[in-house]
Amino acid sequence: MAQTLAQKLVARAAGCSAVAPGEIVTCKVDLAMMHDSGGPRRVKPMLERLGAKVWDPSKVVVITDHYVPTFDDDSRKIIRIARDWVREAGIENFYDEQGICHVVLPERGHLRPGMFAVGGDSHSPTGGAFAAYMFGIGATEMLGVLVTGEIWLKVPHTIAMEFSGKLSSGVSAKDIMLFLIGRFGLDGGQYQAVEYRGAAIRALPMQERMTLCNMTAELGGQTGLIASDSVTEDFLKNKIQTWDSDPGASLMAHHHFDASALAPQVAAPHSPANSKAVHEFKHVKPSVAYIGACTGAKLEDLRMAARVLRNRKSRVKLMVAPASLRDQKEAEKDGTLKVLQDAGAEFLGLGCGICAGYGGKVLGENVVAISTTARNFKGRMGAASSQVYLASPYTVAATAVAGQVCDPREMLQ
Amino acid sequence: MRAWVLGDNVDTDVITPGKYMKLGIEEIAKHCLEPLLPEFSKQVKPGDIVVAGRNFGAGSSREQAPGALKHLGVAALVAESFAGLFYRNALNLGLPALVCADARRIRDGDRLSLDFEKALVVNESTGQAHSFEPIPPHLLEMVRDGGLIPHLEKRLARTA
Repeated sequence: MAQTLAQKLVARAAGCSAVAPGEIVTCKVDLAMMHDSGGPRRVKPMLERLGAKVWDPSKVVVITDHYVPTFDDDSRKIIRIARDWVREAGIENFYDEQGICHVVLPERGHLRPGMFAVGGDSHSPTGGAFAAYMFGIGATEMLGVLVTGEIWLKVPHTIAMEFSGKLSSGVSAKDIMLFLIGRFGLDGGQYQAVEYRGAAIRALPMQERMTLCNMTAELGGQTGLIASDSVTEDFLKNKIQTWDSDPGASLMAHHHFDASALAPQVAAPHSPANSKAVHEFKHVKPSVAYIGACTGAKLEDLRMAARVLRNRKSRVKLMVAPASLRDQKEAEKDGTLKVLQDAGAEFLGLGCGICAGYGGKVLGENVVAISTTARNFKGRMGAASSQVYLASPYTVAATAVAGQVCDPREMLQ
Repeated sequence: MRAWVLGDNVDTDVITPGKYMKLGIEEIAKHCLEPLLPEFSKQVKPGDIVVAGRNFGAGSSREQAPGALKHLGVAALVAESFAGLFYRNALNLGLPALVCADARRIRDGDRLSLDFEKALVVNESTGQAHSFEPIPPHLLEMVRDGGLIPHLEKRLARTA
């Protein structure tokens, strides 16, 4: 029987030759990733209550990103617990203040095609860009994984999103996702596997693919997947196996789109599903432009913003929080950071920053912002009265320059 | 017990706002649903039931979202559908998340009771009964044990 990529990945982890959608299986976990918020501070007391140990410390990765840079006694305590716990538990894969977990994990080589992985964060489907089955779980379920090394799964159906053609200059993976979420809604993914395919997807660099899979969370899929290929191999700098769906594998739905026809998208407050083409929002005048998060501040994202901002100035408060230290260093080396700085950008510390709304810096009362992040739920990034518009790095940069929502294609000609 | 009726796509940022996430569950619970219903945490009574439309719990993996509802004594969540990650979290904490196609027929303030044997939400205010999908068989024992931690405690005690 022809199998989807999702079925093949789950079957391998479940130790079966094949699995059928809807079947309940128990999978062996190849990798469990946690951050400081849902990780050590939550699982440590539960492990102590059970008197249990981590099943395999070599398969656990801990990354601090939500409460760094620390900003008060509570955040300092949370980070201290993470640092102490990894030592106690013998976890060597610890990345402290190196950037956001979803970006740091693959850049340090922890993901490979074929793996079955869980992450203690809803944007964990990001890992699916590497043809790994990866999804988000809560702290108690993570505890279950840490103790048993296993997790149950209802084998997902696959929804294929196929994009033929080629994205126009100034249109990006973020626009694809805002378009899909607007079209299908926050539960369009039905907690199944969403597989992105087609010529336009194959043409995307790895970090753009990560943006697609990342925002599968907002589309309501359990995971987002992309078959592995030479782009994956080049990024990982290692020989990999090709993992892909079989031709003719049964799909729950197969949607076809022409990438060439896609315009930049903007999502209005307070839902990523409120997305429409950029020209519908020309009347909106944000006072803040934010380039941040695992969704929108990777090296590729910073470069997109820089293409627009080169030799231009931002008319609004422009804030940039690079997604990882390594990406920040690369962006410094290739001149990207200098372009952003010359445009008037203020740089924030490495981490989830304003996107998570966990403290430190947040948006004030009635602030209108345009942001490269994934979610604009009411009050997420600060005051409940703040209004957040979501867009691509290109569109956020163009809007910063114009002082009102602007189609970046006008500035890239 | 009283039904608290919410709409579609109620997200985890609204259920448990991020700025409180650094705190313990007692403090977080005081701000549960604050942006939507500022008085909810003060007015909700143990045994009350939260009723919602589609995709309840969209967003974050923070299990403090179902955790805060449970801490306030909410007995069950009844919705047309749940976000998958939230659904797993709720059951892992031993908080029943019940999928009910007729959830929309329940009005705010209705008096409800649950019949787990017959898988029914009984609306005492209207006299109607709405069936909910049974909790999946492979999770039933865990929910009966009160969630994943007590369930694992039992399992570990058996193997010890």
